[in-house]
Amino acid sequence: MISRLTVLLSLVAWLAAGAASHAAAAPTPSPKVAAALTDLTGDDADKREAAVTVIGQTRDPKWIQFLSALRDGSVYTRARSGKTELVVGGTKATKGDQDVIDIASAYEREPLGTVPLTDLKEVPADRRLRLTIKPFLDADETQAQLADPDPNVRRGAAVKLGNQAVATAAPVVEEALKKESDRWVRHALAEALALIQLANGTPAQRAAAARSLGDLHSESAMPSLQRLAADTAASPAERAAAVMAIRGIERWGLLTRTVETLFQGASLASILLLMALGLAVVFGLMGVINMAHGELMALGAYSTFVVQNWFRAAWPSHFDSYFLVALPVSFLVAAAVGLVLERGVIRFLYGRPLETLLLTWGASLIIQQGLRLWFGAANVDVSSPSWLSGGVPVMVGLTLPYNRVFIIGLATAAVAAMYWLLFRTNAGLRIRAVTQNRAMSSCLGVRAGVVDATTFAFGAGLAGLAGCALTQIGNVGPSLGQNYIVDSFMVVVTGGVGKLAGTILASAGLGGLTKGIEPALGAVFGKVAILVGVILFLQRRPAGLFATRGRNAEA
Amino acid sequence: MSKEGGGYKKFYLLGTDYVFPRTANKILRAFLVAKGVPADSIAEEYTPFNHQDYQTIVGKIKRFSQGGSACVLSTINGDSNVPFYKEFANQGLRSENAPIMAYSVAEDELRGMDSSALVGHLAAWNYFQSVETANNKKFVQAFKAYAKKQNLPGGDKRVTDDPMEAAYFGVYIWKQAVEKAKSFDVDPVRKAVYGQTFAAPSGTIKMHEYNQHTYRPVLIGEILKDGQFRIVSRTKGLVEPEPWSKYTSPDKGCDWINHQGTYQKKA
Repeated sequence: MISRLTVLLSLVAWLAAGAASHAAAAPTPSPKVAAALTDLTGDDADKREAAVTVIGQTRDPKWIQFLSALRDGSVYTRARSGKTELVVGGTKATKGDQDVIDIASAYEREPLGTVPLTDLKEVPADRRLRLTIKPFLDADETQAQLADPDPNVRRGAAVKLGNQAVATAAPVVEEALKKESDRWVRHALAEALALIQLANGTPAQRAAAARSLGDLHSESAMPSLQRLAADTAASPAERAAAVMAIRGIERWGLLTRTVETLFQGASLASILLLMALGLAVVFGLMGVINMAHGELMALGAYSTFVVQNWFRAAWPSHFDSYFLVALPVSFLVAAAVGLVLERGVIRFLYGRPLETLLLTWGASLIIQQGLRLWFGAANVDVSSPSWLSGGVPVMVGLTLPYNRVFIIGLATAAVAAMYWLLFRTNAGLRIRAVTQNRAMSSCLGVRAGVVDATTFAFGAGLAGLAGCALTQIGNVGPSLGQNYIVDSFMVVVTGGVGKLAGTILASAGLGGLTKGIEPALGAVFGKVAILVGVILFLQRRPAGLFATRGRNAEA
Repeated sequence: MSKEGGGYKKFYLLGTDYVFPRTANKILRAFLVAKGVPADSIAEEYTPFNHQDYQTIVGKIKRFSQGGSACVLSTINGDSNVPFYKEFANQGLRSENAPIMAYSVAEDELRGMDSSALVGHLAAWNYFQSVETANNKKFVQAFKAYAKKQNLPGGDKRVTDDPMEAAYFGVYIWKQAVEKAKSFDVDPVRKAVYGQTFAAPSGTIKMHEYNQHTYRPVLIGEILKDGQFRIVSRTKGLVEPEPWSKYTSPDKGCDWINHQGTYQKKA
């Protein structure tokens, strides 16, 4: 909002500089405007409406700003030496028992000091007046947006102009198209121009516009193209062009939808994978049914929140990099808590799954309540760094959000790191040895206790990492863990306990399947269908996708 | 729908899957159909509680809003809102092109959200912290002071919202009714409640003469970056409560004086 306002103001300044002669000549408004201003303070609704039109038609940015203030209800009149004067109100404050307000002159916005609110009378902007004001402000706002430094804002304005398809906007769009360098804004502008021509042009122009809309794969043109194709009054050339364009756009739509669904499936799969990875280590390899897994994720998420606040307070200029610090911090915090948990209690209960289940569930309640006491029951606000907000348009009609692309990358990196650790290092060798046969490993001199502790801490740290990544997708609140724990267990169990490849494949399968059926069934029944599917699958293969075979299958 | 509101012609009704959104959308749909909106311009969709993955739905909204003049009427509750708004913004949808009007997002929810993704979207309530009345100023100050003194999380950064205001004047209405009835018993107090007025932070409100609903103003606010609302539309005066919508249940009324609550209106 702020940046848009500054841009608007700078644009206004720029326009005002262009119209310097006009502005210099007009500290006293023209007689027409002066009369309108007098009408505005009156009671006659018709006259007030006409007055707004007169003021708006000056197209003078300063008067447009005045109208904007009028709409917001911050235009006042005050009696001054027998005459009524129009002023614009600014910041309000309370001084003693009196409400005071900063005021400025109506046109030049010269500060006129601070006066008690009781000295002023608000010029009311009722519904009818606001309706009259709106088109003037909209036209001005769209103009300003077309010159905004943020390409997304420019694109939004172009889309809006295209949807309105008003003939008078064509020169504005052409002008903007000449100056524009961003590929996607150019695309939106070209689309807007074609839409305007399609709505207002001659038959030849319309046929050309239909063809170019087809080339632009413009889905927003579909309704008007369909109307044109069915319009018996239109020339055959136009209708043929419209039909061709519709076919092209439909084919393109099918393509984008396919790519979109694939990406969505990959994104959901990577989120499931991140959530389940820690559990795959703790539950899959060590056999500990860790009900506190979700809370370890919550700890990671809250660590991100704390790091964010810390950056905001101490290092606001580097706020965007807080997330890079939060990633390792959340891993370490969750790993530390996991270590305490393992050394403190879990190690006494290896091989007794039911007791561990109860114990970790108790731990999860303690952590949850602790978070609630410390941070409050309400959700907390974790802002996305600017490099994880928004998305990259990859093809017409498809924008990939940065946060999702990032999480896919993070999940891939986490899996790669885990494989390297488990299968390429000595530590990994010991972890695998202890989880396969604790007694034999101990006999061979592996310090099973240390290995257990580090493995559990590593799994907990992965949960923390997942929690950190999830702050960019969802909420951060004390019950965060409960929302994710079921999905995590579902992935690990479906994949087959003890097999990393199973976890990866299961998350890919569940993610892809969910996104594949959700468009048809809706979110509620999609979820039901997935659960039913998982149950049926486990009926047939109780050990999951990758069953553990051989001697330690029974262990 | 009005010109002032933006003249939207297509409506995407999106809610959490439970009774309030289902009923609200039933009424909304009946209202829109009564106003001449064709059925294929209305989409309706529900998600489970705590739904986190709005990719598919935002994709659908994106296609639905192609060609402009579409808006989203959201009855999404609780913590599904953050993922929804984030996904909405990240897929390149903007409030200028497809605004979201929310019925369950107030100041206190915004406190726990990264509100940058929400700026420019709308919400409808009977009260906002930004209401400018002397009563409200006192109310907000008193609440902030209380939150600070009691050491509540957030301290004096806490905000007030519609449910808080309703709870606040509810107690006072009850007090007035008890004083009028000179009793703490349910039935006399209930009868004494009817028609009570109270100078609430949002202005003077009034209890209905025949049931326990309240006449209140209806406001529409635009979300600002600081998690507050800029009021863009307010009704003139108070709106009469409608316990049974005339669009879905035109034959039903609610009257505790002449009937036992809900009754069938005579044709």
